[in-house]
Amino acid sequence: MTTTDPTFTGDQAAPGGNRTDERAGTGTRGTRIIGIATIVAMGWLVAFGLGFSPEDRDQRESVRLLYVHVPTIWIAYLAFTVTAVASGLYFFGKKKSLGWDRLAGASAEVGTAFVAVTLVIGAMWGRLTWGVFWQWDARLTTTALLFVTYIGYLAVRRLGGTHEQRARRSAVIGMLAVLEIPLVHWSVRLWRSLHQEATVLGTDGDVSMDGLMLFSLFVGVVAFSLLYVWLVLHRTRVMAMEDLLEDRGLDDAVAARRAEAAASTSGAAPAAPTQSAAHQEGTV
Amino acid sequence: MSVWRIGRQIALKDLRIEWNSRVFVNQVLPFAGVTMVIFAFALDADSVLQRVAPGLVWLATMFSMLVLVQRSFAVETADGALDALRVAGIDPRAIYLGKAVALGVQLLVLEAVLLFAAVILYGQTIPADGVVLLVTTLISATCGLAAVGTLYGGLAAGFTGRETLLPLLTFPAVAPVLIGATRAVEAALGTAGAVVSDGWPWVGLLAVFAVAFGVGGALAFGPLIDE
Amino acid sequence: MEDAGFIIGGYVLTFATVSFMAWRVLRAGKRLGKQVPDADKYWL
Repeated sequence: MTTTDPTFTGDQAAPGGNRTDERAGTGTRGTRIIGIATIVAMGWLVAFGLGFSPEDRDQRESVRLLYVHVPTIWIAYLAFTVTAVASGLYFFGKKKSLGWDRLAGASAEVGTAFVAVTLVIGAMWGRLTWGVFWQWDARLTTTALLFVTYIGYLAVRRLGGTHEQRARRSAVIGMLAVLEIPLVHWSVRLWRSLHQEATVLGTDGDVSMDGLMLFSLFVGVVAFSLLYVWLVLHRTRVMAMEDLLEDRGLDDAVAARRAEAAASTSGAAPAAPTQSAAHQEGTV
Repeated sequence: MSVWRIGRQIALKDLRIEWNSRVFVNQVLPFAGVTMVIFAFALDADSVLQRVAPGLVWLATMFSMLVLVQRSFAVETADGALDALRVAGIDPRAIYLGKAVALGVQLLVLEAVLLFAAVILYGQTIPADGVVLLVTTLISATCGLAAVGTLYGGLAAGFTGRETLLPLLTFPAVAPVLIGATRAVEAALGTAGAVVSDGWPWVGLLAVFAVAFGVGGALAFGPLIDE
Repeated sequence: MEDAGFIIGGYVLTFATVSFMAWRVLRAGKRLGKQVPDADKYWL
């Protein structure tokens, strides 16, 4: 088979049976298994959440939204904990391995997306249960602040600079966020405990769940946990490639610059194109 | 020289720069005053203004603080002064302490002026038994604000596209201060039936916040500005 | 089921969001995977 791809390197049999003239993506046998498990679990969630589980005595059918709303916020907390721990492992580690930084970033991205889902589904639940999309009770307020805090973390990751600069800044912000959250939580709790009129709107979401409802919730937790793991695995691999390509681009630019300098001092034709191509080939 | 002494020098330097340039007096205070005036345009009814006056004072403080923080670090990034301090081997904790103290002093003056404006514009009165609570609140809230502002100011300083990061990082972080300081001032002024004793738990929260971010900030400042 | 619209809508919204995230990351993986030599991929 002829190919005009200059970086073609021949038989690259990847696990899972990819075509051998294409390079592999971020999928592996592990992620395929987790991915299928996630889809199955989500299917169970729909079946139990929307079907088999009963309505709640007080909340009626709106409790079904909680089978999504509660798992997403729990897994988000898990995700932010992973971010904080990975940030610490990068920051205090001797080797300063960027893998920890990428894990922290990927986990925060998924966590933030899950909080967004929590807030939207929560607002829909509130509309059904309270009649309003939002109220300034302790939990909602804290969740909203949590969301904005990690939007800030993600913004810090995009400040640019070297990977190490990004990692160091993000690690500090990631660990500070863990400091902020309890402070925000306590102050909001204390604040809202003074304003009982907010909770007059009715139930605050705590449901005493019977067996089948509890099981549906459990299915939700399993499904979103699997999803979290799958997303983080893929995202960290994508980030690794992004970092690699960025470094490669930098190396190429430096090599091209040197070639130009050499050419201008020696007066010979620039050898830049073959140099950078050889550089790429050399790393295969 | 110890961290405290160097910090004092840096604080004095910042305050002297501010005094000479008069940016605080000529721009920041008027900005805060204008904010208090346009709150009245937006909120219309006198009774509403009276009720929310403590909150407006702290909101105006928060907005003005962004300007103060950016100013505090603008003087450092011009001519690379901050880098020069670091290269000279100055402990970053001293830089943090000095800049936070200078910021805190300016914030205190700002808050006093805003309270005075609230008395005039929003019909507030300061009862005698609330004065101690009021002063304690101002000091503890200011310490927390200065700690957070200096920390994130250091991160957001310098490059274009970074300054807009400051409010996004700062506001969620100082939410506890906004909540606590407003409730405490409401208690001190007797707003909406609050009594002075209601305010002290909030001062406790403000103090915890100030200590947590003071220590955390001092430790985090070095890595954040070392680039 | 009363309020079925909101509830089913909530589930649909969630799965749509999640599927979008999955599609985005897979697409990026494929695109970048073509540019990066397999030897540099630590997961293989």
